[in-house]
Amino acid sequence: MLALSVALAGCGEDQSTETPLTVFAAASLTDAFTELGEEFAAARPGAAPRFSFAGSGDLALQIREGAPADVFASADVVALQSAGDAVDASRVFARNRMAIVVAPGNPHAVKGLADLGRDDLKVVLAAADVPAGRYAAEILERTQVAVRPVSLEATVKGVVSKVALGEADAGIVYVTDVTAAKDTVGGVSIPDAQNAVAEYPIARVTAAEHADEAAAFVDFVLSPEGQAILARYGFAAGGT
Amino acid sequence: MTEDERPPAVEQSGDSEAGSGARGASERGSVPALPARRPRRAPRAVPPFGFVPLAVLAVAFLALPVVALVVRSPWGSLAADLSAPGVLTALRLSLICSLSAVALSLVLGVPLAWLLARVRFRGRNLVRAMVLLPMVLPPVVGGVALLLAFGRHGLVGRWLDAAFGLTLPFTLAGVIVAETFVAMPFLVITVEAGMRAMDRRYEDAAATLGAGRWMTFRRVTLPLIAPAVGAGAALSWARALGEFGATITFAGNMPGSTQTMPLAVYLALQSNPEAAFALSLVMLAISLTVLVALRGRWFPSR
Repeated sequence: MLALSVALAGCGEDQSTETPLTVFAAASLTDAFTELGEEFAAARPGAAPRFSFAGSGDLALQIREGAPADVFASADVVALQSAGDAVDASRVFARNRMAIVVAPGNPHAVKGLADLGRDDLKVVLAAADVPAGRYAAEILERTQVAVRPVSLEATVKGVVSKVALGEADAGIVYVTDVTAAKDTVGGVSIPDAQNAVAEYPIARVTAAEHADEAAAFVDFVLSPEGQAILARYGFAAGGT
Repeated sequence: MTEDERPPAVEQSGDSEAGSGARGASERGSVPALPARRPRRAPRAVPPFGFVPLAVLAVAFLALPVVALVVRSPWGSLAADLSAPGVLTALRLSLICSLSAVALSLVLGVPLAWLLARVRFRGRNLVRAMVLLPMVLPPVVGGVALLLAFGRHGLVGRWLDAAFGLTLPFTLAGVIVAETFVAMPFLVITVEAGMRAMDRRYEDAAATLGAGRWMTFRRVTLPLIAPAVGAGAALSWARALGEFGATITFAGNMPGSTQTMPLAVYLALQSNPEAAFALSLVMLAISLTVLVALRGRWFPSR
């Protein structure tokens, strides 16, 4: 569906001086990459990056099925690998950590992971099929906290919105999600010793129609300028 | 979505705009003679120029994705994919919730359809528009709206919680509520159209012979509109079975309590697309079985 709309949008584009570039990026990168795209366009005359934000797994599947993407920025190494031969070698461009998301002002006084086992709290997690859910499960297992979630959301943004709407009391999401939604939710940090590190890999799509532009965009994301933008949205530096 | 989803079985008798003034006259006057028991076999029709290729294109367009799904399904690992834990549970939940949603839609929707078709009241068009709204609303928006109404802090939900300790989100009841919300309009619109198309002189005759209103409805109206009720139930069931957006937004996704098949398919797609194809195949088989079973009963082929 997304792939189709992107393809259709591509048809109407005028073929003048603009170099369109289609970037498939994980949903958690929405804000940071939107700004990155603007800066990239400003730095490179004629560059016109266009984004399709969705779950990393969805995007990997679309790319595997031949969606017209030039760059794939995944929130998860596993998801990027599942795209197989469809993408070139990848590089980690950002890191993210997990945090506990609560209602603004933390009305239930959640202090740490141990509180998530409390019976009076409705906890939502992301499903283990998506990276955020995998990290949450990993963290809870390592810290031996028995949580009985009321829902395993299909996306990490689903966890944020359930807490923001007040249907759930707490959940485990990326640090960057709390930053992005700071007007509607509060956050409780998880100590490094208990936390998990999410690595975000970026790669050029093998069949990229705009290969040079794609390489330039990847370089820009990894440049000090790109890293500074990512840091503003709460991401830790990548590099490898 | 609204107009084209109208089922083929239901025939609109021309004037569907209920607001028009001379209703009694037009409806009664335009009613043709009582239908003959067995319509004569129509002479072989010759399609207008261009219809055949366009129709073939339509069939190909609708069938191709389904064929692709069948072709790409992991037939080798099908047994393993389908016996994975949670598949049967999701299937059972899907059937329980969708059938409950249809039952609820029938109980609430048939009386509503009757009122919409038979009684002229102020704001009827507005009521009809409100009732049909969930058909055009993106299901996720429906889910959010349900949260705002029946959620823990919702307009009604807050009160339900305080008075009975009842919260719908994240429960099986929540799934049924979400599915009923999106499915009931299909039943109402179909049954209403059926009632308008029906020959009301049967009802008049029953009344003349002394049947009360309830008796008339049960013994005369209901049997006459049975095909419309059946088609409406089938459509709303199909809608409920496939429901995804409102369910995941309102009821969440918890294997064993709120994870229905469409949710299971979507999640499997994130981590194991092959398993998702297998699950989709099951949904496909169920839907096809039901459609074939209904063919001729509720979607008569003339």
